[in-house]
Amino acid sequence: MNLDSPLLLSKDMGLNVMNKVMSNKLFIAFYIAPALLMITILIFIPLFLSGYYGLMDWDGIGAKTFIGLENYINGVQDKLFWNSALHSFLLAVFSTLSLAVYLLVSFILASKIKGSDFLRKIYLIPMLLSSVAIAQLWVKMYNPSNGMLNAFLNLIGVDNPPAWLANPSIVLYAIFIPILWQYAGFYILIYYAALKNIPESLIEAARIDGATPAQIALRIKLPLIKEVVSVTIVLAIVGSLKYFDLIYVMTAGGPNGASEVMASYMYKLAFSSYNFGYGSAIGFLLLIITLIVTFIIRKITTTKERIEY
Amino acid sequence: MMIKKKTLTVLLSAVASSFMLVGCSSDSGEATSASGEKEIQFMHLWPEGSSKKHYDVVNDIIADYEKEHEGVKVDLEVLSNEQYKDKLRVLSTSKELPDVGLTWSAGFLEPYVGGNMFAPLDDVIESDLKDAFVPGTAEAYAIDDKTYGLPLELNIVSLYYNEKMFKDNNIEVPSTYEELIEASKAFREKGIQPVALGNRDSWTGSMWYMYLADRIGGADTLNKAIDRSGSFEDPALVEAAKEVQTLVDNGVFVDGFNGLADEEAKSMFMSEQAPMYMIATWDLPNFTTNEDVPQEFRDSVKYMNFPTVKGQGDMTSFVGGPGVGLFVAEDSDVKEDAKDFAAYFVKEWGEKAVTEAGVIPATKVDAESLELPQMYTDILNELNSASNITLFADVQMSPGVAQTHLDSIQALFGKEMTPEEFAKAHEDALSKQ
Repeated sequence: MNLDSPLLLSKDMGLNVMNKVMSNKLFIAFYIAPALLMITILIFIPLFLSGYYGLMDWDGIGAKTFIGLENYINGVQDKLFWNSALHSFLLAVFSTLSLAVYLLVSFILASKIKGSDFLRKIYLIPMLLSSVAIAQLWVKMYNPSNGMLNAFLNLIGVDNPPAWLANPSIVLYAIFIPILWQYAGFYILIYYAALKNIPESLIEAARIDGATPAQIALRIKLPLIKEVVSVTIVLAIVGSLKYFDLIYVMTAGGPNGASEVMASYMYKLAFSSYNFGYGSAIGFLLLIITLIVTFIIRKITTTKERIEY
Repeated sequence: MMIKKKTLTVLLSAVASSFMLVGCSSDSGEATSASGEKEIQFMHLWPEGSSKKHYDVVNDIIADYEKEHEGVKVDLEVLSNEQYKDKLRVLSTSKELPDVGLTWSAGFLEPYVGGNMFAPLDDVIESDLKDAFVPGTAEAYAIDDKTYGLPLELNIVSLYYNEKMFKDNNIEVPSTYEELIEASKAFREKGIQPVALGNRDSWTGSMWYMYLADRIGGADTLNKAIDRSGSFEDPALVEAAKEVQTLVDNGVFVDGFNGLADEEAKSMFMSEQAPMYMIATWDLPNFTTNEDVPQEFRDSVKYMNFPTVKGQGDMTSFVGGPGVGLFVAEDSDVKEDAKDFAAYFVKEWGEKAVTEAGVIPATKVDAESLELPQMYTDILNELNSASNITLFADVQMSPGVAQTHLDSIQALFGKEMTPEEFAKAHEDALSKQ
């Protein structure tokens, strides 16, 4: 390497200046202040407030009455809340399991097959649609009389195809499908980028040592993107626990709570039942549950070793 | 409060942005603009896209008012139904309600009146609108002898049917409840789903339950159960809940009704997939004057009053009641002008709503002097000779109980609840109140 290269020299100097600036506490404060301010105003203050409203008996309009922890205690004992929590956790489990499928798809896309570019774009399409559009699309597909799905089932000879969104034992899973479909492109994109980032030389070396494609995938590539996988697991779980949009538009948690999740239950309490205090308490419980789960998942999945290529 | 649930979709982002409004709406307190003009803020829920006729009538009235009142400007904001409700409650939390807006009656009003958000309007009615309203409509907006809303609409629920589909299939139009079930079975045999019902919006199923309760138990049983002088465990009400499940068992309602929105059910009726559909008069334009609907379909739609059940019941007793009405904000900076505008609006609305929008207003109408579609006149006559109008159950109830009612209706129709459990769920919710 040519140390006298002018380019390298100037880059070095740039780094020095950068280091100097970054060691100045005032500068650091200056740089992070705007973002910190925004987060405080838009996230932390509302969070604190909803925790506080949870201590009130309040319809959202009239006077607030302080009732201590009653809302929280009711929340913890509320069967409907735990039922909705169960649904949220089920969604989390399914989202996590679906990651394996996305990973497999990404492996295939990242190996140099024909048309992988084209396929990648197709997988990404659901991500480009808004949740409400996706919801409307699937509501139409699931329509028991005019829907595409039942028309197809009739065609292949199924006599009484189910009413997907009306049957309480099916509705939850019927809604999971579009939710998982919606995020498939996102995770595939992340995995694809991570796999493409692995230096070709490592794969070459493995191949020369006689590793089979399966071994390369499982023993070389997978461990190398472990960090990415662990991040996506956290994303999938947290995203599932606070999931709201499709469920709200497609069934509003119905029929009779069969597809209720934590966030839709919170919304129903605060905005339909005018029980803002209780709704806030449920929202705060949702936050606590999500924090605990995130903490646990990070503990399980974080690896100490740093991967460097 | 579930009246006119025309839009189904509320984005999460709409909720999020309405939260942000709390923090950012400090500039709306100015009542007078720089030129010394008075400004009345008015918020309504008939967007141009989905309620074009209503939207135009409102704009006409505002234009007239501004012309007649020099120096007064009406500042308009329009949202669709569900967003309107969300925004109304968020604005009231931050005491930023528009000077004039729309509210629903009875149970919906309670939190707003309790929070001192709406101004009593008895003085306006006394001086300007005496005897203008159909009896019972303004009363639906009264709490503790004060009236907080000026009603605009009056609705009654009827069972609409497609006469042509009955004829084509050689099926008699039913005149009793038992015949209704028989006719439904006959349609099923021909592979046609009989009654369009979108019970995901469970206020639709609630109307069926209410009519059964009315025919079996008389006009007062349900009202008494709600105001606590009676009980939902009254044998007549349990019987009504049982009959709901009889209808379900006989395949009267379309497949998967619990997963369908009212809009989807309506489109099944309007595309002649299902011959019957229960709805209130706010949809009359679709069956009479709306040029976007094929003439042939409009001609074949007829209506019937809900039939007697096992020979019981009074067919001139209706489910329905006032829809939206105008409120004036208690802490409005231009309260007197706002009241004046509201009164003016109600008067103009009375006539224009009939001739231009094709809806039935809560003010008295002289049908003779106007040229109206036949079905409209007929229903207006039904309304005038009605022995009773029972207000929608979910509007009568306070919001928390209404939610229990609506959830239980879904469970009852879906047969996840027995009629007895249905009664008990209501009793529990009402006694907790």
